[in-house]
Amino acid sequence: MENPSRTEPFPVGLRVLVVDDDPTWLKILEKMLRKCSYDVTTCGLATVALSLLRERREKFDIVISDVNMPDMDGFKLLEQVGLEMDLPVIMMSVDGETSRVMKGVQHGACDYLLKPIRMKELRNIWQHVYRKKIHEVREIEGHDISEDMLQFRNCSEDFDDRQSSGGADLSSVRKRKDLDTSDQEVNDSAAVKKARVVWSVDLHQKFVNAVNQIGFDKVGPKKILDLMNVRGLTRENVASHLQKYRLYLSRLQKQHEGKNCGANMQSDFSPKAPQANFGLQNSTPVNQANTAGGYVPVGIHPTVPITQKFQAQNRTPVHVDNEKSTVALHIKDQKEAARPDISNSRKLNSTPLGGVLSFKSTATNVEYKPVEPSTSKHQNLTGGIPISQFMQYPKHDHEPYSLLEDYSHLPLSSQLHQTQREPTFTDYKSHNNKTIMPVTCTIDSVSVQVERGIVNPQEVNRSGSWLPPIREPSMKTDTDLISLPQDMPLCSLQNISCFENVGLNSMDIFQYDDSMSLTEFQSNWYEGLEFNTDYLYEPLEYPIIDDCLFA
Amino acid sequence: MEYSHLQRQAAYMKKSLFDQGYLNEQFYQLEELQDEDSPNFVEDMVTSCFRDSTRLLSNIEQVLEKCPPDFGKLDTYMHKFKGNTSSIGASRVMNECTQFRECCDEENIEGCLKSFQKMKREHAVLRQKLESYFQLLRQDGPVERAARASN
Repeated sequence: MENPSRTEPFPVGLRVLVVDDDPTWLKILEKMLRKCSYDVTTCGLATVALSLLRERREKFDIVISDVNMPDMDGFKLLEQVGLEMDLPVIMMSVDGETSRVMKGVQHGACDYLLKPIRMKELRNIWQHVYRKKIHEVREIEGHDISEDMLQFRNCSEDFDDRQSSGGADLSSVRKRKDLDTSDQEVNDSAAVKKARVVWSVDLHQKFVNAVNQIGFDKVGPKKILDLMNVRGLTRENVASHLQKYRLYLSRLQKQHEGKNCGANMQSDFSPKAPQANFGLQNSTPVNQANTAGGYVPVGIHPTVPITQKFQAQNRTPVHVDNEKSTVALHIKDQKEAARPDISNSRKLNSTPLGGVLSFKSTATNVEYKPVEPSTSKHQNLTGGIPISQFMQYPKHDHEPYSLLEDYSHLPLSSQLHQTQREPTFTDYKSHNNKTIMPVTCTIDSVSVQVERGIVNPQEVNRSGSWLPPIREPSMKTDTDLISLPQDMPLCSLQNISCFENVGLNSMDIFQYDDSMSLTEFQSNWYEGLEFNTDYLYEPLEYPIIDDCLFA
Repeated sequence: MEYSHLQRQAAYMKKSLFDQGYLNEQFYQLEELQDEDSPNFVEDMVTSCFRDSTRLLSNIEQVLEKCPPDFGKLDTYMHKFKGNTSSIGASRVMNECTQFRECCDEENIEGCLKSFQKMKREHAVLRQKLESYFQLLRQDGPVERAARASN
């Protein structure tokens, strides 16, 4: 699964992940793809494939999966991959019924192959990767698209390099202006595989600022774009981001309404918030989360360790954040009943995470500040006090996830964690006076991503704590796969750290709980990303933490 | 002489398998994939296929023994079975699978049973024929590739 030969032009070395529970087909497809000079990784289980993808998001160019998998519906896998990793997915089946094919297309498959599959059909799959790349490149204005395309076509280097350099160029140009601390992340990210907009904390903050300035009701992609004044950002980028943001907000809204938590939470939690935080620290959020039911992504666990750390620093809010995140995630999860992937991922992710979900009900903003109705969107914690704490930052959770989505490929290098940890705390403190409201808004947008990303953090964390599953022999893969388990912890740690930071940030912010403007929150939140890495390194101890980071 | 005789025999056998509809295009695909890295690729795939399909057949049989059979399970198994046999291009077996699934949809137990018996038969016959075929090939040695190519 390594990078293709540096001297070969695209599509040689295209990195394909094949998922099929039929061992015979798996071997045949592998052989066929190898003959096409592609880099093949095989996998016998959908869940394992998902973990693989999450672990090494940037290591694959395309996924081919059978529709009928024993552990997960192929369509769900398709959806998840499309959402989380945004990779082209080709479906396969021996069943060629129109309805099935239609379903595949509806779920986002870029192609649907009927078994028995001919090699010539596989030979052309690179077009889906190419198409996506072009599409992304076109999205980025202000860049020399032709140059990108040339880069893409004439790639005489490693395929990855081509992608990174192309993507990095674009992103670095784009980001340099916007990102401060995030800059490092973006530029360091070797995972910026495509020329796409990475919604960094800074960028998102600018976005939210613009949205708030314009007025949420009157907002439009063009207006936002103009206000943001980011070079290289296209109207399309903003439009799609706005859509996600809106979905996120509406989702929060629904969740909130569904949970009836918002308003109540506020009153309930505010007095307790500070106490709750501490309480949370000691309590096992996991337990509380259990009520939520496995919204793993949020990773309530992390809150525990985090709080401990923060205790010294009086960072109770952290708990809340984490909880919130977990809660938030959970809420989303509930909302997204239609999203089997998420629930699947939850289940897959692990029991420890399950507890985290209990936070779901937390009304994020309610506690600390006079959270506006929007904040009430976050579901109220049905649990006890701990839950309420979480509520404060349900949104927070979401955001981290969204960031994660973007950042999933970011280096999340330790340098980020180490160097930035300290400053972030202090920074956050200064932000205390921000209203929570903004946060909620962001969460909405994040929620969309979170939903998708929920799996991610989980995956990430899981990688650290879920090495065993990956090592399962069910994966019929190359030696590459075999080496994954070792790699994974690192990956997961890295990824987790991102999450952690976010959680931490939120904590700081919340402590001061006062009206933290959304933008402030967001920026804090992003900064927090860096901080959280600390917690990531204890995946085994606090598997949930990883997830919680987003909380 | 004997060498080419075996070669001819193998070629003839393969041709008849195709003519009688036991195998389809997919089998050619497998042959094309065979190379120095995997010199016995076709046989390996056939072996792998039959290993799984035999197991699936017994699974299906078990479900059919129940009264009434769990049609959902039958459908699932059959789907897997069909996918499995499609890997080597076992067209006759696959056709029977389609029949079986239709009976399954109608919850026609008797139809399912009949179809299943046919499937088992086709499966066994194909297995036997392919075993003989590969035996010939083994005797042929590297010539088999030439034989394939000439087909």
